[in-house]
Amino acid sequence: MTIATATSSSTGRRRTPARARALATRAGFLGPFYSAFALFFLLPIGFAVYESLLSQRRVGGVFGRPIEVFAGLSQFGAVFSDPQFWSGIRTVVLYVCVQAPLMATVGVALALLLDVTAPRLARLLRTSYFVPYAVSTVVGTILWGTLYTPGSSPLSEFHINIDLLSHSLVLPSIVNIGIWEWGGFNVVLMTTALTTIPTEIFDSARVDGASKWGLAWYIKLPLIRPTIVMSLVLTIIGTLQLFTEPQLMAQISDSIPSYYTPNMLAYSQLSSDNYSFAAAISVTLALVGLLLSFTFIRVTRRRTY
Amino acid sequence: MAVTVAQAQPRTGTGVTRRTGSSPPGTAVGERTGQLPGRVAATLKATVLMLFAIYFLGPVYCLVIAATKPTDSIYTSGALLPYRPQLWTNLGYIVTYDGGLYFRWLLNSATYAIGGAAVSTLIAGAAGYYLAMFRFKWREGVFLTVIGGMLVPATALALPLFLLFARLNIVGSYWSVMLPSIVSPFALFLCRVAAEASVPGDLVEAGRIDGASEARIFFSIAVRLMFPGLVTAFLAQFVGIWNNYLLPLVMLTNKDMYPITVGLGTWQGQTTHTDILETLILVGALISVVPLVIAFVFLQRFWRSGLALGGVKA
Repeated sequence: MTIATATSSSTGRRRTPARARALATRAGFLGPFYSAFALFFLLPIGFAVYESLLSQRRVGGVFGRPIEVFAGLSQFGAVFSDPQFWSGIRTVVLYVCVQAPLMATVGVALALLLDVTAPRLARLLRTSYFVPYAVSTVVGTILWGTLYTPGSSPLSEFHINIDLLSHSLVLPSIVNIGIWEWGGFNVVLMTTALTTIPTEIFDSARVDGASKWGLAWYIKLPLIRPTIVMSLVLTIIGTLQLFTEPQLMAQISDSIPSYYTPNMLAYSQLSSDNYSFAAAISVTLALVGLLLSFTFIRVTRRRTY
Repeated sequence: MAVTVAQAQPRTGTGVTRRTGSSPPGTAVGERTGQLPGRVAATLKATVLMLFAIYFLGPVYCLVIAATKPTDSIYTSGALLPYRPQLWTNLGYIVTYDGGLYFRWLLNSATYAIGGAAVSTLIAGAAGYYLAMFRFKWREGVFLTVIGGMLVPATALALPLFLLFARLNIVGSYWSVMLPSIVSPFALFLCRVAAEASVPGDLVEAGRIDGASEARIFFSIAVRLMFPGLVTAFLAQFVGIWNNYLLPLVMLTNKDMYPITVGLGTWQGQTTHTDILETLILVGALISVVPLVIAFVFLQRFWRSGLALGGVKA
């Protein structure tokens, strides 16, 4: 879509062979990516917004053929007045509040420690931290699910009997899976940011008598701040979409209802063909995610400058 | 390479007379021999780093242990030590169960992941290269639209894609999983940065003077120079598709088309009826991890420098 407008308007009236060739090149290089982006990225989002404005009605009794009629924002009204939706929001907000700071702390702390470790050892450790990234969330959940189940849990070998799948502990258990899954990735991300700091800064800090702690706290940390903010934003947006872990854990734990997170609610609505309602949840989640991240970036910016 | 050099740099800032010291740089890491607080700090640091290594690797170890147990003792024999290990027997079970269904899933996952990642890298590579090398009016706008897309997680896109594909009647086909996988905003970002950092404009110009077409310049010069970036983009997308759960879950209904993630998830829901599935899930989970670990280890030279590229710009 973008390309179509870009080409037609920039051609103008002069249509020289060279110009035509340049445009053909542009279409050749940008065309495939941007048409795929338009079709499988922008279009579905637009369609979800459209779908969320519809409502299903049945013609001819309860078992009649369903038709869709334009219903304005009424689906959003239904979403916002649904206690199950709010229960889901409560879950993901709690999850974000624990997960995001914990993840950032683990990532930054480990990256800073590895930064003052012998390079070879640091590389080995970083690789071992990174291994869970290659393990899918599904496998990670199955894995931890086994470890959480009393009987196959390592804790029970030390005669500690805590039900990690119980109502009060199931959320921390899910947080743990997330940290395990993405912690190493965050370490690599922070390490990458640390390597971009110019060496001269360290030299001058050293001349000024900065200690290792001082170096980490006053120089490295502020300089990788943009990466930390970026990672937090991605964590926040990602955690609002929480689905895979609780959906699978629901099969082994009674503490997780089918509406545990907004995405689980939307998914369960799909199976009952309530597409518009599911669409309204998706759109709401996306908007909340964008809003939260912009607010977050704003707030952190203001504090920096 | 760039990573190694840069990592070594902060280290020199920590030791006071380190540069003139005769000890090899790898061994003496900021430990000031003789000073007690320094030693305590070093020990503390080593302990923390080791504990986290155990935390990240331990569960994988437990998976190996559990996958080798007989089904009836998974939940009775503890998690840390092998118990009557029978890996071959268990592998035999998974090979034969339901006509080798698991390996069908493995093949599906490989098809989705390799196909999707290859196409997405190719088209993002071409577009990223063009955005880096050619100036035109709406270049930044066109680029930023896609970067905004990086803020949309895959999970958020799965339901809208389902709604759209349900209307187009392609839900339940291979295409319904394959087509969405060829778009990766992150790959475009990475490829543009890679092209900017590693393809010199002079070289492209020289190619043009020699009469090479733009396509030829891209495929025979740029692709080679951008290779680390391309590998990183490929791997990231490969992992994304391999591990994707919600998209294939909503799109597919025929179990012969499932990728491993959805297959294992279904099995987990059926364990109460079929005991052997307890074992099959664990063995299946273990097998599914292997290809990714191999890919990461073999390609690590590339993705390390590729990630560093992202860091320079971000």
